[in-house]
Amino acid sequence: MSQYFVHVQNLAKRYPVKGEKEPTTIYENANFGIHKGEFVCIIGHSGCGKSTILNALAGLDEPTEGGVIMDGQEVVGPSLDRGIVFQNYSLLPWLTVFQNVYFGVRARWPGWTKEKLDDHCNKYLEMVGLGGKGKLKPSELSGGMRQRVSIARAFATEPKLLLLDEPFGALDALTRGLIQEELVKIWEETQQTVFMITHDVDEAILLADRIIVMSNGPKARVAESVVVDIPRPRKRSTIIDDPGYYKIRNYLVDFLVNRSEELSGKSPQPNEYPVTVNPVAINRPSDTEPPIVIDQAAEKLSVPAA
Amino acid sequence: MPLNMSLRMKSMLLTVVFSIVLLGLWELVVQPPESTEPLTEYEMLLGSSDQEARVPPPSKVITLAFKELGDPFYDAGPNDKGIGIQLGYSLYRVLTGFFMAFLIAIPAGFLIGMSPLMYQTLNPFIQLLRPISPLAWMPLALFVIRDSEASAIFVIFICSIWPMLVNTAFGVANVREDWLKVASTHELSHLRTAFTVILPAAAPTILTGMRISIGIAWLVIVAAEMLVGGTGIGYYVWNEWNNLDLTAVIFSILMIGLVGMILDLLLSSALKFVEYKE
Repeated sequence: MSQYFVHVQNLAKRYPVKGEKEPTTIYENANFGIHKGEFVCIIGHSGCGKSTILNALAGLDEPTEGGVIMDGQEVVGPSLDRGIVFQNYSLLPWLTVFQNVYFGVRARWPGWTKEKLDDHCNKYLEMVGLGGKGKLKPSELSGGMRQRVSIARAFATEPKLLLLDEPFGALDALTRGLIQEELVKIWEETQQTVFMITHDVDEAILLADRIIVMSNGPKARVAESVVVDIPRPRKRSTIIDDPGYYKIRNYLVDFLVNRSEELSGKSPQPNEYPVTVNPVAINRPSDTEPPIVIDQAAEKLSVPAA
Repeated sequence: MPLNMSLRMKSMLLTVVFSIVLLGLWELVVQPPESTEPLTEYEMLLGSSDQEARVPPPSKVITLAFKELGDPFYDAGPNDKGIGIQLGYSLYRVLTGFFMAFLIAIPAGFLIGMSPLMYQTLNPFIQLLRPISPLAWMPLALFVIRDSEASAIFVIFICSIWPMLVNTAFGVANVREDWLKVASTHELSHLRTAFTVILPAAAPTILTGMRISIGIAWLVIVAAEMLVGGTGIGYYVWNEWNNLDLTAVIFSILMIGLVGMILDLLLSSALKFVEYKE
């Protein structure tokens, strides 16, 4: 029995390349876990395979090797236990806002009465601040509001794991900030287990308990697991005052700018787990120093008993 | 033209002006020339000095239209039925054939659109059969079915099936991947996905196919009825031509246009119900 609620084990994705015998390995031997109620972000450059990892977690895409265990069961195919928020909202445009949420809720609890379904949908629409907008069509909403509907639909089905695929990537910076804050609020209320892809370091620090960083593909590696040691509740306006904020931020930026390239092309060994790093705990006098060399012993410590 | 008029008002006004100008020109052009000499006795017997047959003026057509539309459902024997009866026969054939085609084209279109195997398998048949003029089927239909009425309906069936089939398959095959993902992550069954996601997503394309189909069916029924005879607006046009009653020919041409327009309007307003904006 794994200690994790979601356990990714030796996951690999390879694509056949035209004219070449060997398929290209996007990543292999990817190992990591998510605890129940944890908010985990994954960050990395384009092409490192973040999305295929998310699709494997969702059951939408079959990994070439390895597998995902959730709540003691292997993930095979999509399920209502795993809700997804897509970057492009994926609302059904012929349904109203309310009907879009209803669509998910009714699929989840087919036995519920109409009133119970209605109440449940309204509760979640209120939660994302769209209480009075249920009768509108998605086309009548701004991008930010559409993504709120999509978030409401996913949260309303109360999945065991919520997967967010760059949910704010298509939004302007101001809207993004607002919705991020709301997502933090909803997550704190619901205590959902969340796995989220992002490109935005600040977003990841604001939202996540832990940030998984990936090196560049091909042969990307799930390199490190960075603990965000900043107390909650967090707010966009005050988080920057936290003494740990810039330590984490600089550590992540340094990884993405310098080290993700250096680490590229080196696949980990089977059953190798990412190093857990807590930048807040590391004492670094200045940011001009070369990147920290991670103690290989720490790596061994982070490997859970298989 | 006053500046504060809406575009709609302006266009309606212009339509009326154009109609009057067009009808006026038509009326003027088809007038018989003024004879310079007094009529001979023979000409007086014929009622005119004009030896040439002329296209009837619009005034005559309008007079006939009032007469025919005043009593559209009279039945005075096989060669003399009201315009309403003739149009009714044609509409009956078109709608029957169209409905039969609908019953086959929509499920078949779903099958082809959802299954690449069926698409590849059936595509050669569709590509071969689709370009065939529906009237080319007529002799075969008459031989096999041995009934002119049913053969006309078959011709309508065969011509209206293709646009519906092809559009349905296209619409179904091109449903956005994201929406299908939404269906699968909500664990919808195949049947439920077909009805709650694919059907509404493809509905505008399907209805556009139906609109094209009914348009073609209405074009084809005229020709088909000229061939099979007996009843219908196509037969009526040909019969009036044989009677050398050009006024009635022009009148029925206009009626064909009018009914075709109404059929199209019905389907385009149905399209508005299923259309969605992304």
